Amino acid sequence: MTDPNSSVSHLDLEESKKTFLDANELVINMGPQHPATHGVLRVILRLDGEKVMGLECVIGYLHRGVEKIAENRTYTMFNPYVDRMDYVAAVSNGLGYCEAVEKLLNIEAPPRANYIRAILTELNRLASHQLWLGTHALDIGAMTPLFYTFRDREEILKIFEKYCGARLTTHAFRIGGCQYETYEGFEKDVKKFLTFVAPKIDEYEELLTTNRIWVERTKNVGTISAKDCIALGVTGPVLRASGVKWDLRKAQPYAAYKQFDFEIPTGQNGDTYDRYLVRMAEMRQSLRIVQQAVEAIPEGPIMAKVPKVIKPPVGEIYHSIEAPKGELGYFIVSDGSTQPYRIRVRPPSFVNLQALELMCRGQLVADVIAVIGTLDIVLGEVDR
Amino acid sequence: MAEENKPQENQAPASSPGGEKPSGEKIAGATGTPPPDAAKPPAPAEKPAAAPPKPAAPGEKPAAAAAPAKPAAPAKPAGPTPQPWDSPMVTKLTRQFGSGMQPLTYLGQNYLQVDRSLIPTILQLLRDEEQFNYCVDITAVHYPKREKQFDIVWILYSFPRNERVRVKTQIGDGEHVPSAVSLWAAANWLEREAFDMFGIQFDGHPDLKRILLPDGWKGHPLRKDYGIIQQDQEWVQINLGIESGQ
Repeated sequence: MTDPNSSVSHLDLEESKKTFLDANELVINMGPQHPATHGVLRVILRLDGEKVMGLECVIGYLHRGVEKIAENRTYTMFNPYVDRMDYVAAVSNGLGYCEAVEKLLNIEAPPRANYIRAILTELNRLASHQLWLGTHALDIGAMTPLFYTFRDREEILKIFEKYCGARLTTHAFRIGGCQYETYEGFEKDVKKFLTFVAPKIDEYEELLTTNRIWVERTKNVGTISAKDCIALGVTGPVLRASGVKWDLRKAQPYAAYKQFDFEIPTGQNGDTYDRYLVRMAEMRQSLRIVQQAVEAIPEGPIMAKVPKVIKPPVGEIYHSIEAPKGELGYFIVSDGSTQPYRIRVRPPSFVNLQALELMCRGQLVADVIAVIGTLDIVLGEVDR
Repeated sequence: MAEENKPQENQAPASSPGGEKPSGEKIAGATGTPPPDAAKPPAPAEKPAAAPPKPAAPGEKPAAAAAPAKPAAPAKPAGPTPQPWDSPMVTKLTRQFGSGMQPLTYLGQNYLQVDRSLIPTILQLLRDEEQFNYCVDITAVHYPKREKQFDIVWILYSFPRNERVRVKTQIGDGEHVPSAVSLWAAANWLEREAFDMFGIQFDGHPDLKRILLPDGWKGHPLRKDYGIIQQDQEWVQINLGIESGQ
């Protein structure tokens, strides 16, 4: 069966023999081409009947060497590449990168730019959560939410398109601020969207929150404790659903987040259902932030004084933001030239995926799908 | 102080991206703007206005903004330098480790430059006594011209203190570092990635193997001597059945 030349197989032959003979364990391969793995994730499952005894993730199918590319581009040229990591939350990626370089340059984006950034980033968080909800529900067997969320997410993408011409990989921000002034009617569009989408979120909840099938499929599935989350470095809604009230927007505020009044929703049980509730609450909090931002958006320049050629002094910086998936960090080392000496991206999806094994052990095969969905991974970011 | 060693390695590949470069230089020159690094442009209001109109001409304009600094660059005043870092925690640590540990701060971010031999003790201590309970990231930086070629960086965060610290050490090619998996479970994949990309050996890691690249791959791509378009041709031929992946 196994081709000795193939280095792809991670199955240890000796071990699988042992498990076949000694116990009722069965080793099954899931993915990488599988509709429920949200991309190209391969999971090797060790099963006893329907029960998961253990699993191993095989990743890297989408590896593009983003960090290597960065070393061969200038700071400005690398900016669009970061959008291609977490491609459903490109705006967050761009924000993290621009802010990291700004810190390295020791400059600050002007207030107006920070407000525009906050509005777009929060809209993107909402879009990311909507996409998560639609696909996660679809994996579990509820098809309707997908149509609802995609319908409403479209409105956000329309705003992005009007603002910067792109819908997904937006490249909305520049080092030092924003490239574009808001278009005419931007505020009106955003406000209109807010009144449009608030009842829609209730609609999603009506479909799912008390739905018997949904509750049965998600309650006590993929439970993870706060202690394990911290040990595994899990961040974002997963950490919050386990009861840790920690959000980088509050803990170490960046952009304009200090000015906004919002709450950090948390759960208690750390199961799939709580993570669902936390993300639903986060959507509403995002709307709150956008509402405040769009009403208080100050006048002024949108770009800081940035040299035409970006050439940070020798040094290094780590800066992280709260992306929809968790802590997204950039560690940048500058050697004083126009190109970064090294950029390390700390992707939330990659680190969160590590918890999959722990969360699935002892669960049923069908729950693996639910847990992959609830972790909200994007393989473009896992593999970079 | 590790950054002083700055090999010019990436100057060479710089030529690959860029047919745009020369044009960029030209534009910068033509507009007659003062050298970009010159301290303060006289009319600050104009600057932002001048930079943004990129979208109109997607073809050329971005090249101008992205243009590397080669032509201009009059010696810029050196940026901020790392300063000694002082805090109650540091005093405590210094008492224990003395000269083996250099506490520094740069742009408001604190880090400890630590001797390789002290790493296990310091990491253990930071976690157990100083409450750095979250291992954010473990990564490496390659300086091929230095005797000790690699910087290993642990980025730690403490939930109770809401504080970050970086621990850095230097090791030579082929030297090992102790694994942190027993301290933070998160280190598992992070160390595997550092091994995959740099070939750093972590002693005591439960399953140190490649994570993003396939198992049989030769070479460690994030080392500076690994070219940007380099591939493991042999692996590509055997496993993909094609002559070259380029």
